[in-house]
Amino acid sequence: MAALLDIIQGERIGDHRPWPRFAVTPDVWRNVAGELAAGRATLLGLWGDAAAVPTVHMAIIANGTADIAVVSLGCPAATFPSVGALHPPAIRFERAIASLYGFEPAGAPDTRPWLDLGFWQLRHPLGARMPAPAAQPRYAFLPVEGDSLHQIPVGPVHAGIIEPGHFRFTAGGETVVRLEQRLGYVHKGIESLMAGATIERAAQLAARTSGDSTVAYGIAFAHAVEAAANIEAPPRARYLRALMAELERLANHFGDIGAICNDASFSLMHAHCGILRELVLRAADGCFGHRLMMDRVVPGGVACDLRPDGAALVGDVLLQIRQRFPRLVELYDNTASLQDRTAATGIVGAALAAQFGAPGYVGRASGRNFDARKTPGYAPYDQLDFAIPVLDGGDVNARVWLRIREVEQSLALIEQLMERLPPGPIATAIGTGGGEGLGFAEGFRGDVLAWVRLEGARIVRCHLRDPSWFQWPLLEAAIEGNIVADFPLCNKSFNCSYSGHDL
Amino acid sequence: MRRTLFESLTRRPLTEAPPSVDDAALAELAARVDRAARRRLGRSLAIREVDAGSCNGCELEIHALNNAFYDLERFGLRFVASPRHADVLLVTGPVTRNMREALERTYRATPDPKWVVAVGRCAFDGGLFAGSYGVVGGVGAVVPVDLHIAGCPPTPTQLLQGLRALLEPGSVPSAPPRAVSRGGS
Repeated sequence: MAALLDIIQGERIGDHRPWPRFAVTPDVWRNVAGELAAGRATLLGLWGDAAAVPTVHMAIIANGTADIAVVSLGCPAATFPSVGALHPPAIRFERAIASLYGFEPAGAPDTRPWLDLGFWQLRHPLGARMPAPAAQPRYAFLPVEGDSLHQIPVGPVHAGIIEPGHFRFTAGGETVVRLEQRLGYVHKGIESLMAGATIERAAQLAARTSGDSTVAYGIAFAHAVEAAANIEAPPRARYLRALMAELERLANHFGDIGAICNDASFSLMHAHCGILRELVLRAADGCFGHRLMMDRVVPGGVACDLRPDGAALVGDVLLQIRQRFPRLVELYDNTASLQDRTAATGIVGAALAAQFGAPGYVGRASGRNFDARKTPGYAPYDQLDFAIPVLDGGDVNARVWLRIREVEQSLALIEQLMERLPPGPIATAIGTGGGEGLGFAEGFRGDVLAWVRLEGARIVRCHLRDPSWFQWPLLEAAIEGNIVADFPLCNKSFNCSYSGHDL
Repeated sequence: MRRTLFESLTRRPLTEAPPSVDDAALAELAARVDRAARRRLGRSLAIREVDAGSCNGCELEIHALNNAFYDLERFGLRFVASPRHADVLLVTGPVTRNMREALERTYRATPDPKWVVAVGRCAFDGGLFAGSYGVVGGVGAVVPVDLHIAGCPPTPTQLLQGLRALLEPGSVPSAPPRAVSRGGS
């Protein structure tokens, strides 16, 4: 921490847990951005705050350590030095801050709106609200120059049963020259609904930020609230949360592995992986009374205990997976026509993955050894024996194999959790204090960040950062030079969240 | 691959004429959906799913209808890629302001006769997200809704039950078309 602390000279804010928060000057803010650009620290989040003095917050982790800090810059004139000018991963966050709060990143390389598509009837919904102008300028996609290029606009409504977003492809023949995303279609204003909400209602909103990661969001939000309230969930609750999280990871990884193969027209894998996914969801339903385990994680603990026959259901589903899954892995490995589509397709280089702090399988399939269950780590994973698989291929194939390896780790984790599940209460009362808290959880897609400011039993401000924020831009890079027909394959291998990103 | 395929030939299919939870009820349900679909649509009901702002939870369960346990296509119900091929729009989510126009245009692109089925708690009246600057409200605030399937998210079984209600006249509280069921959460 010494190295990071040397840079961050500022006033430490009292009530921020478990990692420190510092109020800094614009110069220190710029220096921290310089550390990110130099690759000595990784950006974890960047968000606005319409407190008494408009403020921007930046969460960072010093590379190679578990040292996390939040730096905060008051910007009374509603302008702050752009981090994105030095460090591209910050660009979309700053565009979102400008659209949602009206705080201008000075020197930002891209000043187009983000999330605000011109339909809200107001501007700066989280800052000083003002009516939207009657006529809005047309959104300018990035210019592309060259002979014989054509554009393919896709979405927001897509062909499959998936979330909405707009993709603007520029192609030369079949080859994608540039993909540009435009997102925000499912922006529901979650952070505005959070402000002033009771902890209970806020937890329900967090659980519906990205439905496929409802458990992960529940845990990250609970971690943040528990840190702010300075309490700890009881051991049994931590174990049950981890059980839910690993079931969620299994279900999503099975779904993804099948769906990636399906996008290469190999529907046999899709059908078999769909069976495994369904078996996991039914086990989750049997254990906790909800297939996706929505609202089962609550700040302070969990909402319900494992049902009496839960252990048997978990044992049964593990057995089924252990019988069926290795055969599917073999099938994937031995089908040359499938490998022909996935190998060397949609490559994300290790340097880019490191620069963007690529969360989850996107980063770990490109050599980035990071998993929030280990770094910073949280209970009960500190008491469990498991490995973080890391590969360096960076292509669709590597992202499939990464998921396969993670399935194996999750199975072993669930066995340990069931063996060691401690008795005792499943929730702790939150109390009526206040404070600020930062929390993480490793969802199937990557690390979810949650930050809250709490006053009594109400949320004053909550920010949720989906892992997709750092993955979407890499998808634009991954598809470059690939053929248009491989986009679904690349996209599915990322499986970024729209709703979690759009908030 | 050969081994997996051969096994599929000799094993009993997983497809549940009846899935586990409530076996008899689901078999009955499956049979009724089948009969109704044949009578009303000559065994072809094309569904276009539109996420108008959902958290993606509803999509996951709609997806599950295609797995080997529920196998929606055996009833002649299938998902299509374009609204121009669709008889039914299955719409999820509170309709966000950013998706309103896309939903309206998808609705207009769907040929008559058509049904709109609103799926999930949010699709009823905006649910937890009602009142946000980013949200218009339920699906019915933007396009006429024939049926609402409740649940957060509805399970695949509830979705099947809902589609049966769409296909069987008289099984929705007030007669279709253009009646909104009083599904709660």
